[in-house]
Amino acid sequence: MQRAVHTLSQEATELYQTAREEVTRFVNARDMAEIVFVRGTTEAINLVAYSWGLRNLGKGDEVLVSLMEHHSNILPWEILSKINGYSLRYAKVNDLGVLDVEDLANKLSEKTKIVCLSHVSNVTGVINDIKRITRLVHEQGALILVDGAQSVPHIPVDLQDLDVDFLAFSGHKMLGPTGIGVLYAKKELLESMAPFQGGGEMVREVKLDHPSRKLCIAWNEIPWKFEAGTPNICGAIGLAEAIRYISEIGMTEIAKHELSLTEYATKLMEDRKVQTYGPRDLSLRCGIIPFNVEGLSSHDVALFFDNYGIMIRSGVHCAHPLHQTLNLQASARASFYVYNTKEEIDRFVDVLKEIERF
Amino acid sequence: MSPFEDYVERIEGACGEGTNLVVTLKPGKKDQAMAKILRKAQLTKSFSGIVYQLCFKEVSFRLYSSGRLIFRDVGSKEEIRNVLTILLL
Repeated sequence: MQRAVHTLSQEATELYQTAREEVTRFVNARDMAEIVFVRGTTEAINLVAYSWGLRNLGKGDEVLVSLMEHHSNILPWEILSKINGYSLRYAKVNDLGVLDVEDLANKLSEKTKIVCLSHVSNVTGVINDIKRITRLVHEQGALILVDGAQSVPHIPVDLQDLDVDFLAFSGHKMLGPTGIGVLYAKKELLESMAPFQGGGEMVREVKLDHPSRKLCIAWNEIPWKFEAGTPNICGAIGLAEAIRYISEIGMTEIAKHELSLTEYATKLMEDRKVQTYGPRDLSLRCGIIPFNVEGLSSHDVALFFDNYGIMIRSGVHCAHPLHQTLNLQASARASFYVYNTKEEIDRFVDVLKEIERF
Repeated sequence: MSPFEDYVERIEGACGEGTNLVVTLKPGKKDQAMAKILRKAQLTKSFSGIVYQLCFKEVSFRLYSSGRLIFRDVGSKEEIRNVLTILLL
């Protein structure tokens, strides 16, 4: 792709770049150079940690994350802190799993260099007010990285409105293929950052200087500087197709549909012998309902549902600190998307009744 | 090949529930394995052929018709291996 001159290479390049255009439009980025294709949210966050963090964070600096984060937005920063010697601070969440914005604001200081926060919790579905938080973070002169894995597929996300510095999301959570994701970063940041991985595509010139016998290297322009090696062309094309599909439905419609399913399921679950978690005000949440059934482990519950063809996640959902904060060993998680129906929720609740009988 | 290796795909810690272990039976042999387990272990409770609460040598566990077993509060994978080796013989 890009490097060859033959027809197939040109077609692949065109489709790949069209996919980038599609993503740019979908999240309302200013420029398609701000869209880097990666393997998924995890790789996007690691890219920022190593390309930006490695060179911009040091002793005396602070990185602020929250206790509601997925491990992928904690561990890259923890690992890097051991190398660079900066401190990691954690903004609190309350016992409903809602971010304590005041605590976050109090922990912001001139030492804070970056705030890393999920837009929507993958455990409770709680939506953070990213626009407000971004203003607070920028007032303090820090950057903000948003984990959009659970927001971009479910609610409208307008990057120019939110003004975040980095946004990471995955294709497989929005009807796209696995192994493809996106890092959005403001152009000036990407331009200032060093490459993440070295290889083909990300470099324009690697020239051996004869007298000195040293290599003269010129990196490629952004976003290619961050896409070393042969990219996941099929993944990007698949993601673009998924974006066309959900865009046609409309993100506002999808959000409305999920809210209506969440309201419906929550109401039906109130009559069951289950403990649900998260704020009662469903307008603060996306279509996720974490719950436990008395006397059963979350995995028992998931295996029970599995028998009826209903797939739910169980365990800590890669969010151990949040479970500890909520005083939970683990939880089962019902989650909804554009393809789910009220009839499926009726079926889900019927199975829940069966589980209670066990 | 021991009966354990013959019938068991893997044993893994249950995510977030460290004292629980999940056993996955080999998909192609799960029916045979389940029949053996149900024959030897003591049934304490069952539900619609979906789940069986069982006990063997003072180790209690649940067997699901999908071919998964959940052992709660067991000491180690070795302990489960010993129990299943006898049950699957």
